[in-house]
Amino acid sequence: MKEFKGRVLASGYYKGKAIVSKQGVNTLATFQKSALMNKKQVIASDQNNQDIYGKNITGIALCLPMTIGSTTGGMVLQVVCSMGINPACLLFSEPIDSLAAAGVVLAKVWEKSNIIVVDKLGKDFLDAIKTDDIVEVKEDGTVNII
Amino acid sequence: MYHPKMELTNDQQAILNGEKGPTLAKIMETIVRYGDIFDAKRLIKVTHGQGHLVTSFGIPLLKPVYKTMDEIIKSGLSVKEGFTMDPRPLDYKNVKCSALEKLVFNLILYGKQNDYESQLRKIGLSEKDAFSCACYLKEMGNIPEKGDILSWAESSAVNYANSVLGARCNRNSGMIDIFGSILGYVPEFGLLTDEGRMATWKVIIKTSKKPEAQILGSAIGMKVMEEVPYVIGLDKWLGNELNDTVKSYLKDFGAATASNGAVGLYHIDNLTPEAVELKEKLIVKDAKEYIIDDDELERVYKSYPIMWKNKNKSANLAFIGCPHLSMEQLYDWTDRIVKNLKQNNRKKVAIRTILCTAPAVKKEFEKTKQYHQLIESGAKLTCICPLMYTNNPLTKKRRIMTSSNKLRTYSIARYYKDEELIDIICGKEKK
Repeated sequence: MKEFKGRVLASGYYKGKAIVSKQGVNTLATFQKSALMNKKQVIASDQNNQDIYGKNITGIALCLPMTIGSTTGGMVLQVVCSMGINPACLLFSEPIDSLAAAGVVLAKVWEKSNIIVVDKLGKDFLDAIKTDDIVEVKEDGTVNII
Repeated sequence: MYHPKMELTNDQQAILNGEKGPTLAKIMETIVRYGDIFDAKRLIKVTHGQGHLVTSFGIPLLKPVYKTMDEIIKSGLSVKEGFTMDPRPLDYKNVKCSALEKLVFNLILYGKQNDYESQLRKIGLSEKDAFSCACYLKEMGNIPEKGDILSWAESSAVNYANSVLGARCNRNSGMIDIFGSILGYVPEFGLLTDEGRMATWKVIIKTSKKPEAQILGSAIGMKVMEEVPYVIGLDKWLGNELNDTVKSYLKDFGAATASNGAVGLYHIDNLTPEAVELKEKLIVKDAKEYIIDDDELERVYKSYPIMWKNKNKSANLAFIGCPHLSMEQLYDWTDRIVKNLKQNNRKKVAIRTILCTAPAVKKEFEKTKQYHQLIESGAKLTCICPLMYTNNPLTKKRRIMTSSNKLRTYSIARYYKDEELIDIICGKEKK
């Protein structure tokens, strides 16, 4: 088991599967298709991100360095949280970017979302974790790869 | 009840406590939480009250946005000094679509457009045609001054306002823009601080000719990502005066740095306001260095993937003007099209060609002889956002070419240099 500690931006407990994007996740491109089609889960639709393209990211821990792309990104996160098809956790290796931060806050304040968000987990975290690994996220920002 | 980390004034705390209504309290909580994530010490006043909103399209997907807008309207809140918007998504007169494409646009993609615009008018939309990503063009009139604090989100407009105008704005997300404009406060962090405006990259231009704005911006954006570059040697090609030609160049350069990377601010030695004032004092001591010569620009240009299904076929649609073209650029493109058609013994453009500009610019341009020359060439002039057109999956069958690096990045449009693009649309070359 490997343990990492990050900064808690939205706390909660999660134990389950992880999906990993080594590159920045383009929020609009990733979530848009499933949200538009009113799907019950998000199948990542950004063809430029082969790490997660075509895979389910709803209800699991999405591990990423940062989000990238359109400045509508924060609103898109709010939308998927309002639809209840968001990842259970966002685990950032880097300090959170301003677009994702806005999305997390919008989801929290306006949608009462219970999405869990931890940032600053470090580059080693993203090097260590692999898609389908089981992670345990604790309320104090501890993340264990089991 | 949220307990802020930053220090609030009594008035700000009262708003957060709900003394001015629950909706304004939620708006305050959003802005304060957002600032707390970045360790902002306080909120500061938005000094350029006219807002600019990034979300201009009525996509049904954004249900929570419409719900929030309704809540804002019911609470009697608005942006007192008004706001401009990013471009509208549709213009069937000048950007013709098939019946099936229209069906997807009208029912799936932008089915809420009219309802959304009705909400915007109630909240403070400046006027019915205040829709352009280049709201800072003089014809559009949303022009902050040096040192002004803004609450904008459109990445290319934030980049231009920070860099060319010397105003101060972070790279915000949609909704943060309108919340800050309603509240009149934004959290002080990042590009709003002197420290956050220091350059962490020194970019040295060593090209043998004036670099193409969109490729130079792309190269720098991809290298520095969200950091601040200080560009040395570009004034050799642009001069030292921020005239209309130079501003147009920097508009396109900046949009490419913002979309191919995440640049919110750049400094151009001897040209942009803060670089003129502070010069190399703006560069941090251990700044990284990036040298750009002709070979480097060619390497970046050749790295762009061609996403068309059939890469060997020629383009059948050209979009020019993302961000929207300035008046100066409309004159320039028209002159080039007219001259090149004449050289190639043609009267009309060889492929569908659509130029995009701001509504107020279009209105002025329509009074000129160049407008009639452009229309006679067969080209069309519109005020839509070409990115929103390419959002329709059915348009992916078209082989779209562009000289915009932003459009290339967010769609499957193929990038061509200006000269190559003009040759193709004027029928000189078939690729």
